[in-house]
Amino acid sequence: MKLTGAEIICKALEYEGVEVVFGYPGGAVLPLYDKLYDSPIRHILVRHEQGAAHAADGYARATGRPGVCIATSGPGATNLVTGIANAYMDSVPIIAFTGQVNLSAIGRDSFQEADITGITLPIVKHSYLVKDVNQLAATIRAAFHIATTGRPGPVLIDLPKDITIAQAEFEYPPQVTFRGYRVPGRCDSAQVYQAARAIGEARKPVIYAGGGVISSNAAEELREFAEKTRIPVTNTLLGKGSFPETHPLSLGMVGMHGTAYANYAVSYSDLIIAIGARFDDRVTGRLDTFAPNARVIHIDIDPAEIGKNVRVHIPLVGDVKPILKELIQRVEVPDTGEWLKQIEQWKAEYPLRYTNEEGVLKPQYVIEQIWEITRDKNAVITTEVGQNQMWAAQYYKALRPRTFISSGGLGTMGFGLPAAVGAQIGRPDAVVFDIAGDGSIQMTVQELATAVQYNLPINIAILNNRFLGMVRQWQELFNNKRYSQTEFPDLPDFVKLAEAYGAVGMRVTRSEEVRPALERAIATPKPVIIDFVIAREENVFPMVPAGESLTKMVGC
Amino acid sequence: MRHTLAVLVENQPGVLTRVAGLFSRRGYNIESLAVGETHEPTISRMTIVVDGDDLVIEQVGKQLNKLIDVIDVQDITQAEYVDRELVLIKVNAEPSIRGEIMQIVDIFRARIVDIGYHTLIIECTGDEGKIRAIEKSLKPFGILELVRTGKIAMVRGQKYEED
Ligand SMILES: Cc1ncc(C[n+]2csc(CCOP(=O)(O)OP(=O)(O)O)c2C)c(N)n1
Repeated sequence: MKLTGAEIICKALEYEGVEVVFGYPGGAVLPLYDKLYDSPIRHILVRHEQGAAHAADGYARATGRPGVCIATSGPGATNLVTGIANAYMDSVPIIAFTGQVNLSAIGRDSFQEADITGITLPIVKHSYLVKDVNQLAATIRAAFHIATTGRPGPVLIDLPKDITIAQAEFEYPPQVTFRGYRVPGRCDSAQVYQAARAIGEARKPVIYAGGGVISSNAAEELREFAEKTRIPVTNTLLGKGSFPETHPLSLGMVGMHGTAYANYAVSYSDLIIAIGARFDDRVTGRLDTFAPNARVIHIDIDPAEIGKNVRVHIPLVGDVKPILKELIQRVEVPDTGEWLKQIEQWKAEYPLRYTNEEGVLKPQYVIEQIWEITRDKNAVITTEVGQNQMWAAQYYKALRPRTFISSGGLGTMGFGLPAAVGAQIGRPDAVVFDIAGDGSIQMTVQELATAVQYNLPINIAILNNRFLGMVRQWQELFNNKRYSQTEFPDLPDFVKLAEAYGAVGMRVTRSEEVRPALERAIATPKPVIIDFVIAREENVFPMVPAGESLTKMVGC
Repeated sequence: MRHTLAVLVENQPGVLTRVAGLFSRRGYNIESLAVGETHEPTISRMTIVVDGDDLVIEQVGKQLNKLIDVIDVQDITQAEYVDRELVLIKVNAEPSIRGEIMQIVDIFRARIVDIGYHTLIIECTGDEGKIRAIEKSLKPFGILELVRTGKIAMVRGQKYEED
């Protein structure tokens, strides 16, 4: 039977097991929206296409399934760009469908035409401009395959309007073959053996776990590996949840705002076992002084990550999970007794700390309370970007994978709220918190309307310092407190704003109000904004100034 | 050091943009790039000359390999290979000096492919050294236009055993 392009898309999504898509309609996608009207696939109407991309991203990270977003041609498509770049930098599988003008109109600056495949070229894993309706089904199959295998990433499919109207015989290919795309197979056993020996010989080893552990669903293996070898584990921002941060072997986060003990451990180690991590500059600090005495074992599915920033002695290329399984079998257990003692000393000497002062509300305290109240719950935390994000990373101890969702590589203010929408849609039973700043929340606050429309009981905790806090912190430390364009003299009343959207708003100014407010928020079956009025010039410490060595921390 | 890469890609629109985009985004220096269909019409072959240290070249190869439309990447710099480039050069050539130019053309086994009132177009094929040399030799006459195809290269076949 012949189907139209739009029908083929709906059917293909069903074949891919897609239950929900995030999108926003427009002229070029009218035929698609007409067919979605009858489709069992649930459509979440966002308020800005950036929200659709971030929601698809948050959905993917929270569930492990690919996220799907849809936008119309031109401005709809360009509004997706930040969200696509965000997913690309953090290796999140999303599929973006964009409308396009009719095939014959392409290239003539037609109404609402934008070369979206061209615009997104450097920020997608792959992209397609569909020119033949007979290729549409296979293209969608290919897109899902590419987005979700190997190192995951965003794939864009640009759909000329006439393609969605034209008809073709529908047959969904069970698989597609590529000449130029191979997912790395099993890792060479000789390499694993070599790694196993190097680990046995190490005396000061550190595991450095990144987001790859989570996308590979290898948290259990990581735990078994660390416990068997008694090697301490530090994680990246995206690696939060790959290893329980309350575990005695956990060092918490490493890098610019990592714990002092994680940074010392990495700096003085004799062996770094990097797992699904990419030696980002926010992690390594100054490269030429990074872990000077360490050999490096690097486990990653992307061969291009090996040796990109740091010299690697033993590369293990492949999926983290099976490699860890094999490594657990073969590994020789090193003697880490002395090293763990040293680390305990660092932990005692340089703990994460802040001071609670009478009459002022500290952001760290708020995060600690959010943690206390959600630690035993099925909870998902998303964050915005800035100080709020770093305090969340420091004080919210992630225990399980897919519970801490943050924009790492791109550092996108405005990510947290739409990501929370996606996470809550994907995991309706979870308690979802967006830890936000007063600046970030204003970037995508319109998605509160989405949360209200779909009755999503998201809790938005705004750490309100009336500053673009993180930038202000840099200005305080490096620009002589010249607060150029970082202060908000006037902010909306976030309580009234919440109410205007039909959500619930609360304001908290004192420590003792934090807990009751959180309890009330969680018990409220609607979106809630809590406006935490915090100490205005609180800083995130420790901090490694940009371009400095990891050991050159200030404020610890 | 300069490296010569032989890259097989899907013969599809946009592939060249993806490859060129990758080079500019990651800050790699393309010295030349030549592309054309192979004997298998769905596959094109690019010969890319790129400058960089070993680390950069390794990354170039790996990043190219990540492009879905790239089928194969080989760094043939260390292999025995044949490379050729074609150049067209339009030179000033008043009738009085044409004899001299023709001698140079002969020496380089090049060809004259167009004769104008005041100009000649010379076609020359060869490896980089030869192209550079003919360009240098013709320079004194005044080069008006010059176009090069970029280098193409192919690894030599296995040699017959000598016994
Ligand atoms: C879209 C975007 N624009 C600008 C920045 C640069 N930036 C990084 S942190 C920050 C301040 C964030 O302020 P706020 O959301 O209030 O959070 P705070 O740091 O105060 O917790 C800015 C402007 C960014 N990361 N993202």
